[in-house]
Formats: sequence, C-alpha cells, structure tokens
Amino acid sequence: MDFNDTPEQAEFRKTCRKWLEDNAKLKSGNQVEDFANIDFLKAGKDWQKKKYDAGWAMLHWPKEYGGIAASAIERIIWSEEESKFSVPRGIFEIGLGMCGPVMMEYASEEQKSRYLPPMAEGSEIWCQLFSEPSAGSDVAGLRSKAVQDGDKWIINGQKVWTSGAHFSDYGILVVRHDPNLDKHKGMTFFFVDMKSPGIEVKPIKQITGGSSFNEVYFTDVVIPDSQRLGEIGDGWKVAITTLMNERLAVGDANGADAEEAFKWAKNQDDSGEPLINNKSARASIAEWYCEANGLKNTKLRTMSALSKGETPGPEASITKIVSANKLQDIGNFGIDSLDMAGMLKPDDSEVQSFHNAWLGAPGLRIAGGTDEILKNVIAERVLGLPQDPRADKNIAFKDIPSGNS
Amino acid sequence: MNLDFSDDQKFLQAEAKKFLEKENSVNRSRNVLDTDQNVDEELWSKIVELGWTGIRIPEEYGGLGLGHLELCVIAEELGRYLAPVPFSSSVYLFTEAIIKYADEEIKKEILPKLISGEIVGTLAVTEDFHAPSKENIITEVSSELVNGKKIGVPDAEVSTHSILVTKSANGINLRLIDHAHQSVIIEHQQNIDESRGHFSIECNDTPSKLIGGETNGWELYESIINQAAVLFSFEQIGGSQASLDMSINYAKERYAFGRPIGSFQAIKHKLADMYVALTLAKSNSYYAAWALSTESSDLPTASATARVSATKAFQLCSKENIQTHGGNGYTWEYDCHLFYKRSKLLSVNIGSLSNWKEKLVSSLEQSNIN
Repeated sequence: MDFNDTPEQAEFRKTCRKWLEDNAKLKSGNQVEDFANIDFLKAGKDWQKKKYDAGWAMLHWPKEYGGIAASAIERIIWSEEESKFSVPRGIFEIGLGMCGPVMMEYASEEQKSRYLPPMAEGSEIWCQLFSEPSAGSDVAGLRSKAVQDGDKWIINGQKVWTSGAHFSDYGILVVRHDPNLDKHKGMTFFFVDMKSPGIEVKPIKQITGGSSFNEVYFTDVVIPDSQRLGEIGDGWKVAITTLMNERLAVGDANGADAEEAFKWAKNQDDSGEPLINNKSARASIAEWYCEANGLKNTKLRTMSALSKGETPGPEASITKIVSANKLQDIGNFGIDSLDMAGMLKPDDSEVQSFHNAWLGAPGLRIAGGTDEILKNVIAERVLGLPQDPRADKNIAFKDIPSGNS
Repeated sequence: MNLDFSDDQKFLQAEAKKFLEKENSVNRSRNVLDTDQNVDEELWSKIVELGWTGIRIPEEYGGLGLGHLELCVIAEELGRYLAPVPFSSSVYLFTEAIIKYADEEIKKEILPKLISGEIVGTLAVTEDFHAPSKENIITEVSSELVNGKKIGVPDAEVSTHSILVTKSANGINLRLIDHAHQSVIIEHQQNIDESRGHFSIECNDTPSKLIGGETNGWELYESIINQAAVLFSFEQIGGSQASLDMSINYAKERYAFGRPIGSFQAIKHKLADMYVALTLAKSNSYYAAWALSTESSDLPTASATARVSATKAFQLCSKENIQTHGGNGYTWEYDCHLFYKRSKLLSVNIGSLSNWKEKLVSSLEQSNIN
C-alpha cells in the first residue's frame, strides 16, 4: 500500500499542475456556482476554451475531437489538480459527461467531427431531455411523441428538470415513437437543435429561489432522421448508456462537510462553552468524519484499481447516497447550533454554507437517481437481488395503468 | 496510488479463507458456544501450526517478521468465520505489547513460545461495570507484586499469561503475570458470546514484570489499543460481509406473497444500507491498515475512524441479518445469532462505540492544535 504516483503519473501531475498554476488561481474558501448568473456562464465558457486550446478540456477523448487520449487515471489526476483551483466548472458536466459519450458511441463520423470539438471547447452547450412530468424515477414511462414523416420526425410533448436548457445549444432527447409497442421497445433517441422552432424553455423556480433547471415544451418540432442516435426502437438502450454515464458524473455532493462542522463547533458558543465540548455534537461530527473519509478512501480504492489497469469494483455506487444525506444533516446541525437565531440569514459565509447545504441537499438526494432508486440499483446490480414484479412489462405502453384514466 | 493489498497478501487471505472454510470454523464456534469449552483447541493448534501466531514476530525470535498488512487480511477471515480462538487477545494485544514495549530478556523468553503456542496471552484492563480510565484503575503493584481483580477478560482461562494495567506509586504501568502462579485465581464469567470465554483474574501478591515505563502505562495501553483497533476493524468487516452474504442468499431463496423476499424494496433497501455501511468501513479500514503498516502519525485518527465505521457496520449487518431471516433468524439453529453476539464482543472489547467516537474527535482536536 502506498499513496505515491508512479513516475509517469507524477510527471503527468506535474504537467497538469504547471499549466493550472500558469492559468488559474488556487482556491480559497467556498465558491458558489450559480447557473442563472450570465457572467458565470461567460467565465465558464472562457475557462473551457482555454482548457480546450491546451488539450485539457476532454483529455480522455481522441485527438481528432480535441482530447489527448489520456488514460482513466490521468483523467482523475487532472480532475484532482483542477479541483484545487478556483475555476468555474459545472456548466458543462451534463454535456460532456452524458451527451458526449452518447454522441461518441452512436453519432456518424461526420456528426462527431461537427459536434464534439465545439462541445469540448464550450462554444456549444448541451443538455439532456429525458424526464417528463409522468416519467421521473420511471424514466421509461415517458410519453412525448415522435411521428415519422419521410426523412424527418415531428416531436410533441413536454420534458422537465432539464438542467441548463435555457443556455443550451443542443440536447439529447428520448421520445416515444410507438405507444402500441412494449414500454421499453417503443422509444427512439435523437439529438436536437435547441433553437428549433416549436421549442419553448420555461425556468422552474427551486426551493432555493434559484432556477438551474427548466420545463421544455415541444410543439411540432422537426428533427431530421439523420439526427437519430441508434435504430428506431433502440431509444431505451441508448438512454441506459447515458444513465450509466450520469451515475459516474453525479458524485460527491459539494458543500459543508465534517471538517467544516468541526471547525464551526470549535468557535460556536453553546451555553458558555464551545459547541465542540457538547457530547452529542462530538458524536455527530465523528460520524460525519467517518462517512467523509469512507467516501474519500473508497475513491482511493477505485483509483488504485484504475491505476493498476483493473476494472474498479462497484464500491463507488454508494457516493451520492452517503454524501447528499450527510450534507443535509450537516446543514441542519449548523443552523440548529444558532438556536433561535438559526432562522436568520446573516452575511456570514460559514452560516451561508450551512443554509446552502440544508436547502441544496434535498435536490441532490433526488437528482440523477433518488436515494431509493440508487438503493434499488445497489440491491439489484451489486448484490444480485431479483427485480420487483412489474405491472408494465409485456403489455402495450398505451395499456399500462397511469393513474390518469 | 495503491490503497489495496499486494498479490502476496491477497494470496495469504485466500489461503486463510480456504482453511477456515474447510475447518468449518463457524460450526466450531457454535460448538464452543454449545458446550463448556472456552476455545476450539484443535483449530487453535492448527492456526499455530500455520504460523499465524508468529506473523509479526521478528525473525530473530523465530517469527515470520511480516508486517501488519498480513495480519489484517487474516483478521478479516477470522472475523468472517467467527473463529473461536484467542487470536485477537493473544496476537493483536498481548504479542504486539511484548514486541513494542517489553525488554530484550522478556522478548527472548516469551516471543518464541508465542509462536509455538506454549504461551498464549491476553490483556486485562477492566475492573468494574464502567469504562476503565487512567483515573479509576485500582489494581495495585508494589515491590513487583500485584494485588487486585480484573473482570471481563477475554480468553484468560486459555491463556498462560496476561498483561495487566496496574497502578503503582509512580503511576499507571503494564505488568506481565504468569497464570501458572498459585496466587492467580481465574474464574469464568457468564458473557453474551460464549464462543469466546470471559474471565475474572484475581491477583494476590502475584509476582509481575514491568512492560514499558513505570509511569506511562496508560499511554502505552492507548497506543496498543490504537493499533489493535485496526485489526479488530478487519475482523468486523469480515463478520459484516458474512452477515450481508447470508442475508442476500436468504432474500433470494425465501418466498413470501408469491415472490422472493429480496424482490421487495423494504428488503432491498435494508441490504443496500448494509452494503453502504460495509463499504465505508472497508475503505476506512484499508486506510488505517496503511497508517498502521507505515507507522503514520495519522494512526490515532485513522484507527478510530476505521473502528467507529467497522463497529457500526458489523452492528448493523448482524442485527439486520436476523431481521431479514424473520422468525428463523431468532432461532438457535440458524447462524444469525452467532454473528450478532460476535459483533457485540468485537464492539465492546477494546472499548465501546461511544468511546471510540470520543477518541476520534479528541484526535482531530490534537492534530488540529499541533
């Protein structure tokens, strides 16, 4: 056991570090990312372009699409180093983490050359149009319609929870082309120009007051058949590829952690004593510390496997469940530690970080798979338990009970 | 970056697993529980023959001179198979204390016999029905003679020696005693997991030898415990994995309402929670193993983190394993209770969960001040 890079990895880390030091500032304190802020969008695009020009934007991609064909471990090393710097990341996560891999696998050579480099460069932003009002955890329950008309398709329906749709140029879209087929067989996958006539994007106000995701309405939107990804009826298969990538992309919940709770408790008053002397506060901090380090060390185990060229085990599947719940509890702890003044929102960055944690965590426990869905995934895919009996299999989609008829 | 065991260590682990599986270690544990025995003598002597008692003992004393990582992988298997042997008492606690703190003469006398099994040791701290501390130790030593009574000492009757935490005019110190001396009275005490006997040790002017310094015995004890916590954690993750595996198998085979109970989300989520707790514990134990094997200054924090996570994991996995098995899980016949009981033994030996949470936060405070 050791925590050392191999000589090649150390050399690579040095190269990353050198470029980052020349082009960015080291982090100090917590920086809050806000999708509604147009300057942040511009800053994000500028940073992405800078990285792209130097080959760092999508370093694991082949050279022809703007990458440097880096290995999985090199990608992690880059990400570790980049995260130490104060740079506007986040805007491109969905596009690059989910849309990119699907385009890479299913788009034509010509399309890949056209769309992947601008995606990596950040000049074109992508979003993912999967969820619908009646299709959340059960994404395959989606009802938006695609009707073929010669060499084009006409799309009607509504998508929801679409992060970044309001500033996206393209989106990946899964829709139902035949409600008479079985649920999982009647779907087809496309990519769509978000500026197409008939697309209307309406921001959704979240419990934080901010708006990072949207409702997207489709009214007679035309998509050329050449923008179909996969065969007609393969929509679910293609969507699963994306969701697998989503699970890798949605990881640790950022924000106040055990370390912050510990530092806070040392300075916060608790009936004339520092809060850290309170037994119940100590027990809670110990538990969060164990969870935070458990996740950190789990990541190190995954990296160890990648570093040796092995396939990592399923252990990373616990990350979001543990971190989002921990974030919610720590936010709650911080607010409660202010007692009756806990309702107030003072101009104090530590208190704000607890408010952000407490208000942000409920969203993180849902986004990219709810706690409950993720536990099903662990139980079925990792532990090998049988699927639930299904009321929606071997039956035409239109005949599946929906609670609406 | 390599937070994983080496191929050699994994091979050793696979061999240990094969051996304990073949020896029916879980059934042996049940058998010790069902009878008046306090150890499975046959299994213990086979373990001695395999050389596991000498893994960490330096070659100059006839041991294998291997590191703590080899001990970690064996600990995980002993935990998985509930081995009814005094391995944790004799190897993680007694042997480590001798290697670390005994003077040369004692090492030469004791270490070779620990390898051969002629000597088996344990560590005796508790004196009353509360946590022991620097302030409440009353077993006294003067002119090398020990007087006092320790209780709840695991494996004392099958041990030839023990190290006692005692108080002298100079402070707290560690004392080695020989159970063969006529002044030592060892009595069995009823305990929750009778697959590992617990005993009182009464000393009446019992001759003793000092291990380590005259005044810093409590610090030495804490240091031994911090090391041992990592090895206990590995036993706990082994036991957690075995409990989870039992639950998975049962949930697939047992039908209710016309379907396997493992297809119900109430069971799925329970088992997923067990997997999450186990994964956190395992990753923290790996890191603590690294800290132990490299004598990192981070060991007190790392071992407490592993210990808290592993205690929580084994407690959760063993209790929810009973729940998953329903009424069957509550019977003597099924193995669930063996793991439930062992989880309690491993969680209170060397100190309870709340004590280790406290140790963890204290070590964070320490490392933050320095």
